Amino acid sequence: MRRSEGSGSIADIGRALLGRLLALGPVLFGITLLVFLLNAIALGDPARAAMGQRADPEALERLRRDYALDRPLAVQYVTWIGRLARGDLGTSFREQRAVAEVIAERLPATVRLAFAATLVAVVLGVAAGALAAVRPGSALDHALMGAAVLGISTPVFWLGMMLALVFAVTLGWLPVSGYGGGSLRHLVLPALTLGALHTGTVARMTRSSLLEVVRQDYVQTARGKGLPERIVLGKHALRNALIPVVTVIGIGLADLLVGAPLTETVFAWPGVGRLLVAAVGQRDLPVVMGAVLVFALVYVLGNLLVDLAYLVIDPRTRRAAT
Amino acid sequence: MPRPDALRHRGFLAGAALFAVFAAASLGAPWLAAHDPLDVAAGAGATLERPSAAHPFGTDVLGRDLFSRVLWGGRVSLAVGIGVEALAALLGCAVGLVAGYYGGIVDAALMRITDVVMAFPSLVLAIGLIAVFERPGLDKVIFVLVALGWTTIARVVRGAVLALKTREHVLAARALGVSNLAIMTRHLLPNALGSLLVAATIGVGGNMVAEAGLSFLGLGAQSPTISWGALLADGQSFLASAPWVAVFPGVALLLAVLGINLLGDGLRDLLDPRFRE
Repeated sequence: MRRSEGSGSIADIGRALLGRLLALGPVLFGITLLVFLLNAIALGDPARAAMGQRADPEALERLRRDYALDRPLAVQYVTWIGRLARGDLGTSFREQRAVAEVIAERLPATVRLAFAATLVAVVLGVAAGALAAVRPGSALDHALMGAAVLGISTPVFWLGMMLALVFAVTLGWLPVSGYGGGSLRHLVLPALTLGALHTGTVARMTRSSLLEVVRQDYVQTARGKGLPERIVLGKHALRNALIPVVTVIGIGLADLLVGAPLTETVFAWPGVGRLLVAAVGQRDLPVVMGAVLVFALVYVLGNLLVDLAYLVIDPRTRRAAT
Repeated sequence: MPRPDALRHRGFLAGAALFAVFAAASLGAPWLAAHDPLDVAAGAGATLERPSAAHPFGTDVLGRDLFSRVLWGGRVSLAVGIGVEALAALLGCAVGLVAGYYGGIVDAALMRITDVVMAFPSLVLAIGLIAVFERPGLDKVIFVLVALGWTTIARVVRGAVLALKTREHVLAARALGVSNLAIMTRHLLPNALGSLLVAATIGVGGNMVAEAGLSFLGLGAQSPTISWGALLADGQSFLASAPWVAVFPGVALLLAVLGINLLGDGLRDLLDPRFRE
C-alpha cells in the first residue's frame, strides 16, 4: 500500500512540475521579447547607440549585421533568440568582448552575496520569529516585530550606508567596502544589508505561522502529554510552521535581485548588479540587456525551484496543480 | 471610507500623523527652509559643517544648508511617489476594468502581459528601461515607474470586477441597456475603490523607495534637482568625513515610507472586508 502511494506521489510531482514548466513558456517568451524590443528601440538608430559620434563605419556595419538591423523585427527576434540559445549575448561596446564572458566573470560574486543574504534571512528571521511567538504580546515580541518592520521599511542602500558607518567607519570592526579577494569579513555587511528586508518578512511569517500552528490539536496534545514548552514549540510546531515560510523565501528572491544593484554599489561589490549600473552609465547596451536578461532568468528559474521545493514539502499542492 | 474605528487603530493613526508631518513639511518648504537649498553661500564658506543651531542638519560639500535641501528634496520625493502612483493607478484601473469586465481572450491577453511585467524584478527592469534613453533624469524615472507600476492595481481591480459583475445591480444595468463604459465606471469601479486605495497607498511608498534607489545610482534626479535619493548619493561620498550628509535624508525617507506603509496597512484593516475580524 505504502509503495503504491509513494510512486503515485512521484507521478503527481512529475505532472505538477510539467504544468509549471509549460506555464514558463509564455513568461520566457514575454521576457525575451521585452528585452529584445528595448534593445531594438535603443539600437534602432545605431547612431544613437553608445558608439555615438566616434563610431567608425566598420563597427557600425558589424553592429547592423550582428543584430540583423536591416531585416524585419520578427526576423531580428528569431536571429537574436538563436544566438541566445547558443549562449551568445552579443559584444560589449566598451570592452569589445563577449557579454556572456563579462557577465560570467561577475556572476560568482553576486551568487555568493545572494546565498549569504538568504542564509542571514533564514537563520535570523526564523530565530526572531520563533522567539517572538513564544510569548505573543510581550516586550520581546514587540521589539522583534518592530525591528522586522524597520528591516522591511528601510531602503536597502541607506541601511547599507548606515551599517558601514557604524561597523566600519566608527567601530572599525569590518571593512567599509570591497570584495577583499573573497574574504568572509568583506561579506558580512553586504549580506546583512541585502538580507535585511528578507529577514523581516521571514520573521513576520514565522511568527504568524507559528501562532497559527500552536492552536492546532496536535500541538495541544503534545502539551497535554506534559512535554516541555521548548520541545512542543521547537519540535512539533516549528517544523509545520516552516511550510509557508518556504514561499516567503521564494518571494524574497525578487527582493534579493532588486537589492543587488544597490547593495553592490554601496559596498563596491564586483557583481552583476554593479556591472548593470555601470553599463547604463556608459550606455553599453549589450551588457545592460544581457544583465537584465540574466536577472530575469535567475528570477524565473528560482521561482520554479521554490515551486518544486513546495511540491516536495507539502503534498496538498501536488493535487492542486493538476 | 474610514469609520470611527480609524480613531482606535494605532498603526493607522501613527501612519497618518507621520504622513501629515511630511506632507506639511513639503508643502511648506518655501517658508520653512531658512536658506536657499542651492545657495552655496548659505554656509558662508563653511563646507561639510557639523549640525549646529544655524544649520540643524549641517552643510554639504559646497556649503549648502542640508536642512533646506532635505525639505526641498522631500517635495520632489513625495510628488514623484504620489504622481507616479496616480498615473499608474489610472492605467491599472483601465486594464483591470477591461480585463475583468470583458473576460475571455481580452482578459487572458491583458493578464499575460501583466504576468510578464510582474515576472521581472522591477528595479532591474527599471534600470534596463532607463538605459534606453540617451541620458537619465527624473522625467525618465517617472515614465519608467508608471510603465512598471500599474500591475498590482490592475490585478486588484480585475479581482473586484470579477467578484461584482454577476451581482444583480450590474446585471440589471446591463439588461436596461446601460453602456459598458457606464457600467464599468459607475457600478464596478466605485465598489473596487477600497482595495484600490489600499494598493495605491502602499504603492506610493514603493515608488518613493524606487525613485530614491534610482537617483542614488545616478540614474534619476540630476543636479540641481534635489530628491532624497540624490542627496543620499552625495552622502555616500562623504560617509567617513561627514556622516550627517547621509544620515538626515535617509531618516526622512525611512520615516516617510514607514508612515505611508502604516497608513496603507491601516487602511487595509479598516476598508478591506477580508481583513476585518
